[in-house]
Amino acid sequence: MSLYAYSLLSIVGINIMLAVSLNLITGFCGQVSLGHGAFFGAGAYAAALCAVAGMPVPVALLAGLFVAGLLGLLVGFASVRLREDFLAVTTIGVGFLLVGFVRKQSWLGAEMGISKIPASGLGPDGNAVMILLFALATIAFSLYLKRSWMGFAFRAVADDEQAARTLAIPASTYKLVAFAIGTAIAGLAGGLYTYFTQFIVPDSFGFILSVTLMAMVVIGGTGSTWGVVVGTIILTLLPEAFRFINEYRLLIFGGLLVLVMRFAPGGLAGIVTSATRRLRRA
Amino acid sequence: MTDTLEVQNIAIAFGGVQALTDVSFTVKKGELVGLIGPNGAGKTTLLKIIAGVLAPDSGQILLGGKDVTSLPTAARVRKGLAVTHQIVRPFRSMTVLDNTALAAGHRFTSNPLTALFHKARKSEDTHARTTLSRVGLGGLEQSDVNALPLGMLKRLEVARALAVEPDLIILDEPLAGLNHREAEQQVDTIAALNAGGVTTVLIEHNLREVLRVCQRLLVLDGGRIIADGDPTTVMANRAVREAYIGKADDHVAA
Ligand SMILES: Nc1ncnc2c1ncn2[C@@H]1O[C@H](COP(=O)(O)OP(=O)(O)OP(=O)(O)O)[C@@H](O)[C@H]1O
Ligand SMILES: [Mg+2]
Repeated sequence: MSLYAYSLLSIVGINIMLAVSLNLITGFCGQVSLGHGAFFGAGAYAAALCAVAGMPVPVALLAGLFVAGLLGLLVGFASVRLREDFLAVTTIGVGFLLVGFVRKQSWLGAEMGISKIPASGLGPDGNAVMILLFALATIAFSLYLKRSWMGFAFRAVADDEQAARTLAIPASTYKLVAFAIGTAIAGLAGGLYTYFTQFIVPDSFGFILSVTLMAMVVIGGTGSTWGVVVGTIILTLLPEAFRFINEYRLLIFGGLLVLVMRFAPGGLAGIVTSATRRLRRA
Repeated sequence: MTDTLEVQNIAIAFGGVQALTDVSFTVKKGELVGLIGPNGAGKTTLLKIIAGVLAPDSGQILLGGKDVTSLPTAARVRKGLAVTHQIVRPFRSMTVLDNTALAAGHRFTSNPLTALFHKARKSEDTHARTTLSRVGLGGLEQSDVNALPLGMLKRLEVARALAVEPDLIILDEPLAGLNHREAEQQVDTIAALNAGGVTTVLIEHNLREVLRVCQRLLVLDGGRIIADGDPTTVMANRAVREAYIGKADDHVAA
């Protein structure tokens, strides 16, 4: 396989981790987050600092996971008290705040980012395999979670927090847990990204990425792990296949996002489910 | 015998409206108490304060002798309290069975860590099926809750509350939307449950049914307790007649 193919596989794998983890927060637990890119960035920077300091790959990846998860927990604490619709706005704010903060920090490379990050030592093919294995693990975890009692409780919280509380479900704790798990996985993806590019800049983790990730979730089917995986693959590869899509990427993704929310709120997964149901009936 | 529920000097105001004023009473273990009062008397507000959905301006709530005034709702439910909602709140994305099985799995879901490491649902499904047939929802397990009429959703509220296996259950108008015979059956179910040891507070406008099974009546009017005692005495009370009858005549007839 070519270097290009390896890099494409790596990006698909990272995006799957990001979209599936965002789906844990938004699809499973009903909390709209438009700042997922920032947690990805936090993980990437944490891992980069570790790597530059000469720490081994697993340590750097774990650092990415923990830093992003702790940050997620912090933002989660601030937002469980907020009304639902404010969370989306808060997470947008957190995203801008974080990118703005990093831009001004010389120890984080400011605008220039961090370059000359040591290689993982696995080579482009080894990196791609590692990333895909983590992506598969994320998918498996998401599938398991949905079927566990935690996934069941998440759904109750997403449906009606108040009713969930009267059935002994501590709704705020579950919202925090969803946020912490989702952002920790994003941070791990950030660590993998760091080793993949060996060069990170603050602008890669901004609002545009966060909205793109939300588009992958919504278009694939909010709450459906496989739907989100398919949505992510399509939205990642389409701009590579057609140049013009890349140029109008935001416009097209944004337009699709709105169209899907308006006409097929279940996304691709919802369309497939209702089609098979209709076929079975016929 | 210990008091299952103690309500002490509860008061709450919404803006300028004093919804509850110095409300105090206790419910003993095993009692079946009817809580009645005209529309807007404060019954639902009182339930919400007992459940921890609303925080009172003053006063305490004790469950099983322990002050729970500062505990969140979920923690009170873990202590053996269950409530139903007057305005039904089913989980809209779930079937009737899942709504109830989720409640039956409260031992898993009350702790996220336990919830994460457990997946099997078989015994909770079975428990949910039994509970559903008990409240007259047998055969509707796989129904979409969005397609159910109000009477069925009222029963689902009761089923979910029963599924958490409470020591004390407070039901907010569980008979609304049920016809004469269905209401009678539902009340029989509630009475049987009470006979099985579950302390029960029944908030209802359907006086006929309340009087049929309750051993004690509490009357709330304008946010105050105006009578508390055995049904015959309470219904003969002049203040109760003035406050209640007339305003609620239509309910009595219903
Ligand atoms: N969230 C709220 N904000 C403002 N006022 C409220 C609120 N909840 C209740 N009230 C007011 O408090 C009073 C008591 O209402 P509550 O719903 O407790 O009465 P109720 O006895 O349950 O009546 P019903 O028999 O109609 O259910 C009413 O005057 C109501 O308008
Ligand atoms: Mg009421």
